[in-house]
Amino acid sequence: MTIRRKIAVTWIVFGAGAVLVCVAAPLTGSTPIDLRYVFSSSIPFADNLDAQIFFVARLPRVLAGAMVGSALAASGVVFQALLRNPLATPFTLGVSAGAALGAMLALTLNLPSGIAGFSAVPIASFAGSLGAVGIVYALARARHRGISTNVLLLAGVTLNSFFSALILFVQFLADYTQTFRTVRWLMGDLDVSSYTPLVAAVPPLALSFAAFAVLPKRMNLLSISEESAASRGVDVHRTQRLAFLSASLATGAAVSLGGPVGFIGIVIPHLVRLIVGADHRLVLPASAFGGAAFLVACDTISRTALSPLEVPVGVITAIIGGPFFLWLLIRNR
Amino acid sequence: MTDCGLVANGVTFGYARSAPVLEEVRAVVPRGGLVGILGPNGSGKTTLLRLLAGLLSPWRGDVSLDRINLKTLGRGAAARRIAIVPQETQLAFDYSVLEMAVMGRYPHLGTFEVEGPEDLAIALDALRATGTAHLASRPFNTLSGGEKQRVVIAGALAQFNAPTASDATEVLLLDEPTASLDLAYQLEIRSVLLALNRTRGLTIAISTHDLNLAAALCRDLILLDRGRVLAAGSMPAMLEPALIRKLYDVDVDITAHPTAGHLVVVPLARGNMRGNTQEPRAARRRDQ
Repeated sequence: MTIRRKIAVTWIVFGAGAVLVCVAAPLTGSTPIDLRYVFSSSIPFADNLDAQIFFVARLPRVLAGAMVGSALAASGVVFQALLRNPLATPFTLGVSAGAALGAMLALTLNLPSGIAGFSAVPIASFAGSLGAVGIVYALARARHRGISTNVLLLAGVTLNSFFSALILFVQFLADYTQTFRTVRWLMGDLDVSSYTPLVAAVPPLALSFAAFAVLPKRMNLLSISEESAASRGVDVHRTQRLAFLSASLATGAAVSLGGPVGFIGIVIPHLVRLIVGADHRLVLPASAFGGAAFLVACDTISRTALSPLEVPVGVITAIIGGPFFLWLLIRNR
Repeated sequence: MTDCGLVANGVTFGYARSAPVLEEVRAVVPRGGLVGILGPNGSGKTTLLRLLAGLLSPWRGDVSLDRINLKTLGRGAAARRIAIVPQETQLAFDYSVLEMAVMGRYPHLGTFEVEGPEDLAIALDALRATGTAHLASRPFNTLSGGEKQRVVIAGALAQFNAPTASDATEVLLLDEPTASLDLAYQLEIRSVLLALNRTRGLTIAISTHDLNLAAALCRDLILLDRGRVLAAGSMPAMLEPALIRKLYDVDVDITAHPTAGHLVVVPLARGNMRGNTQEPRAARRRDQ
């Protein structure tokens, strides 16, 4: 099969899978609904309960899951290629810890829940992630032309623990109800009940995915070695910068929308590589679609498994993702 | 014709400010040549190769390919005519052998362009030239050291277009190509490089501290000592006990080997650089 055909098949198969999951998910839930009524034009929307549940209660949440899942899986792929390390995750470089600290502060300080129509927590967490990205980036550039991936990794890991300490300190100062809300936030939560947060997340995600589109061939070369990429005419410094900033932006936007949902950024890329191989022109789109499908499916389980209770989606992804990942590890040795 | 090929002229370079690794180095890799860059560890061999490949920019001096400065030539154009093979290749992800070879076509493709049948043919041809075509579908990480090295060489070859259209110099640079290989693989790489040079007219430069590899393979040698060129010239002229003693501080015996058909260097004893006036007892050159 030529590479052109492989790329086409990957897009069609994984894309169709993601669309299928995203259509099936809003139909699933404690109240059964029927697609025929949902799209029926004869019943006015105000009287159409099925349509209301579909479009107001469930679809925003499914779309949020798709956006967060694909952003985390795709940035996982980019971080792994950038750091030449298959164990890197979107959270390795401190982006999520910064986002969490921002969210903690907003929750604990009871920031006014509405700045220009957006609630404070996602804005604060997005700002926190940008702050973390800025610090790590500045450190990695400080003593190096371009960016040093070693410094990047060390700075990221250190910042992760530093921010975690600050988060614990903020929680220590907070009262009981605040602590409960912050812990819930840390578990990851896709409880989105309007389209506003989705619209807010579109610009940063669109920007990141536009950058992702030009990266795959260069990531192939970069994941062999910086020298081999440079000798083939890749502008290594520019590519590393683009990869780091776009993947961080996508991670920041995803975390501010759904919280730090774990495991997607590592399980999905690995699973995808088992199916399509290592070529990033296949791995990146397949992971983006696969991440969307996986998180939407996990969120559907989280809504329905213990209904009417709702298990935080981060718990589901870790419970499914963890053992699955271990199985992959054992199977491959 | 004189300056055709890859030439470093008066090149000074260092990684840290005010600590040059190379000083005023002139290195000529003539078109169709097979040049060895020889020197002890830390003499700047790898740095010189990276400068010749255009991966580093010299502080002073310039590197030119067929009399065109690499800076003027541009990153992409240089990558279509100069390829470099690193000492060792460790993959983080499991690419197949064919994928590794096809990646060499990168400098010929646009941002969103996918390699076509012609690129695939060139990659396969490169695998054939290094005797690795039968491994095409194998994961790179499952290969032996020698096979890996040959596949990486194939990927470098794939950076060039078909060898027919070559009134331009195409240069393959190899950093210690046999350093981590056992005896059989060393011979294998040696014969692959010789064949590429002879049948394809490929210009080749290798860095090595293996004197016998240089003796068996190279036509010209550049002796690099602590960042400066100690001597440069034809291989037999450079493989002189006195020069080698100066370079490595080792007394050697150099003889023409009757069956191998080339010079052989036998290290005899660690020299004593302080007693420079004393003529080394054992260092002599026997010609047939």
